[in-house]
Amino acid sequence: MSVLVYTENWDGKFKKLSFELVSYARRIADQTGTSVTVVSIGNVAEEELDRLGRYGADKILTVNDPRLGVLINKAYSSIISQVAEKEGSKLVIFANNFTGKAIAPRVSVKLKAGIASGVNAIPSSYDPFTVSKKVFTGKAIAGVEIKTDRKILTLFQNSVEIVEKEGKTEIEAFTPELSDAEFATRVLEVNKVSGKVLLTDAEVVVSGGRGMKNAENWAPLEELASELGAALACSRPVSDEGWRPHEEHVGQTGKIIAPNLYFAMGISGAIQHLGGVSSSKCIVAVNTDKDAPIFEAADYGVVGDVHKVLPELITAIREIKAS
Amino acid sequence: MKILVCISNVPDTTTKIRFTDNNTAFDSTGVQWIINPWDELALTRALELKESPGGKIEKITVINVGPQGSEPTIRKALAIGADDAVRIDATPEDAYAVASNLAAYLKDNPYDIILCGIDSSDYNGSLVGGMLAEFLQLPSVSSVSKLDIEGETIKMNREIDGGTEVITTPVPFVAIVQKGIAFEPRIPSMRGIMMARQKSLNVVPAAGEEALTGFVSFELPPAKAACKMVDAENISELVDLLHNEAKVI
Repeated sequence: MSVLVYTENWDGKFKKLSFELVSYARRIADQTGTSVTVVSIGNVAEEELDRLGRYGADKILTVNDPRLGVLINKAYSSIISQVAEKEGSKLVIFANNFTGKAIAPRVSVKLKAGIASGVNAIPSSYDPFTVSKKVFTGKAIAGVEIKTDRKILTLFQNSVEIVEKEGKTEIEAFTPELSDAEFATRVLEVNKVSGKVLLTDAEVVVSGGRGMKNAENWAPLEELASELGAALACSRPVSDEGWRPHEEHVGQTGKIIAPNLYFAMGISGAIQHLGGVSSSKCIVAVNTDKDAPIFEAADYGVVGDVHKVLPELITAIREIKAS
Repeated sequence: MKILVCISNVPDTTTKIRFTDNNTAFDSTGVQWIINPWDELALTRALELKESPGGKIEKITVINVGPQGSEPTIRKALAIGADDAVRIDATPEDAYAVASNLAAYLKDNPYDIILCGIDSSDYNGSLVGGMLAEFLQLPSVSSVSKLDIEGETIKMNREIDGGTEVITTPVPFVAIVQKGIAFEPRIPSMRGIMMARQKSLNVVPAAGEEALTGFVSFELPPAKAACKMVDAENISELVDLLHNEAKVI
């Protein structure tokens, strides 16, 4: 009957997102009187697996196979479906990130389980099963009803509180049945950027728009980001112009983010941009145009030239950190 | 090789969102409809591949699951350059119903490369591509930001957390594409619009499964408090507010 959670690992480590998923599953399990089972695929040390126990995992099933070092959508979704069948899970939870988007829809079809993707809260009702999610890229909130007995949710990042408590977890190995046909896709190269804060993980994001004028002007934004341990982002015109890589584009057709603090520097705030950042807890905007729509979305605003404001902002942040 | 591009008919991204029927349905009054932005990028890349010298693409078809009202959007895809189009005559109730309808059609009408956008700008499901691949038992490659054909080999870049992977997979397969696959969508030319009228738009009856989920309510997000303005000559006050009031640094 358990709630099943898939927690991916990053080079054998879990991160905040993993703990948020397990905390979320724990709350649902407590409300519905069931247990939390985690499935972990790939090589993760026992101490690392034990950490999930502190967020409410009752049992962890680990799957290890040398072919599973990289994400193969077909194989991964087959494994998770097999675990769900074995455990009799009525609810399977994924993150709404690249990995969750890759495998959750496949598991939905395998299990014929209705899915609500990108949900941002605990279900508002269990019978009927109803849960909320943002739609129209943050412009509205919808209630989704899942009508099937088995259900799948993918959780939008930074949506629920992470609750740590005492707890132990049982660890068991699980051996899935996998055919060669499930490994038809081959990963030829993996190119990882190291030493950079990931945009989707970042608590603070420093973002530049057309008001930055050109690619050479990014140095103070980089300096501000490094001062705050922040990730860099940009608006669509900036990535379209090739000033910054498209991976940094936040907004409707780019990444949707929800950091604690978002700096919009020289970004006018087109509705498509706001859709990607409106879930941020605090938005600071600096723009020369006092009527720019970004000020309607921002919590704190400065009407001024980013090129003048940035050095002063960096100095003021250094001072407050030193005090 | 034949490419199929799955397209959604969505409200223009600048649409002011409103609801009707006691906040249980989207109010489409006065809405401009467009090709879902990611699907449009997928179509752009398909056209680039077909036009490249020595290209191996014989045909590009666009397919939509939707009522007759989606036909102007389908015609736009034809005007941009797709060779023909299929509309499966069904209301797109949820991703599962849409994907199963697409799968039912594809079982008898196979394609080598099936392209789907990673998300749709209306209900933000990010589901149809993966579901379709599973219904057809095909490989799926998700978050694809580059797709090239090198001889007989298809090479794709898949974006992962903090990097990219280079992936190959045998045809047929489903690629779920995002920004990077192409950049600027194309604008239909007058000639394209004229030619689109002559191209085939085949309407087929629905043959898929029922939806498993449904939207029961909608609401607009709560209004945001007014922005607190800080003087550009007094940036230390801004930092002070962020530190002591918002407590974010």
